[in-house]
Amino acid sequence: MKTANYIVLLLFTALMIYASLGLPQRGDPYAPIHLEESPVHSPGASSYYIRNARRDAHTNNMVTVILADYRGYDTLGEETVIMTAGLICFMLLRRRKEKGSENA
Amino acid sequence: MKTHRSNPIVSLVSRMVSPFIMMFALYVIFHGHYSPGGGFQGGTLIAAAIILVRLSEGSDTAQLQFSRSWGTPLGSLGVLIYFGTGLAAVFMGGRFLDYAALHLAHHASMSRSYGILLVEIGVGLAVTAILVSIYDNLLEGEADA
Repeated sequence: MKTANYIVLLLFTALMIYASLGLPQRGDPYAPIHLEESPVHSPGASSYYIRNARRDAHTNNMVTVILADYRGYDTLGEETVIMTAGLICFMLLRRRKEKGSENA
Repeated sequence: MKTHRSNPIVSLVSRMVSPFIMMFALYVIFHGHYSPGGGFQGGTLIAAAIILVRLSEGSDTAQLQFSRSWGTPLGSLGVLIYFGTGLAAVFMGGRFLDYAALHLAHHASMSRSYGILLVEIGVGLAVTAILVSIYDNLLEGEADA
């Protein structure tokens, strides 16, 4: 059983490495994500951001534009996730009022 | 197990370093609009400064600086600041999170800058409060066991 686990793990690793070989090189300007037009002939997202960030948001920092303007909803969601994580920690780890109370 | 021995060197160094970490965190938050940084990073730095004092001075003394009951309310306030900024833009006739509609300044770019600053302050507050409260809750859970 244990050897079967290792064999499956090794095969999965080999599959993952094989799949990663098909990814575009880092910084490749001809990667599909950086093209002006995607392979299905829709406008490419990243080149749109780079061209129009300043015009759309009047902000010099492109990263700020993407974080707070284009993806403002996303950042709000991230903050809510952090808030929820804190609340869950509070509920799981807070000190009980009494040792003998029935609610755990 | 939890014998806290006060060490003057650790105490002095952490008390000296902590305000500088906080000042750098404020720089990271308030300058996040034009340089790398922002609410998440700055909030984490402030939380690190607060937890540094908690580690060196003991959690009970450090309650004077940041009480453990503040964590959840301040975190909620941070989320509310973010959401309120977006909602205020709706009430002023724009779209949700459209900072230009807030009319915080004459020029649209400055208005956006202030709007993003408000949002970043909200994020920073929430991250600070939640990280410190997670530390406190972990400690409290241990004291309970």
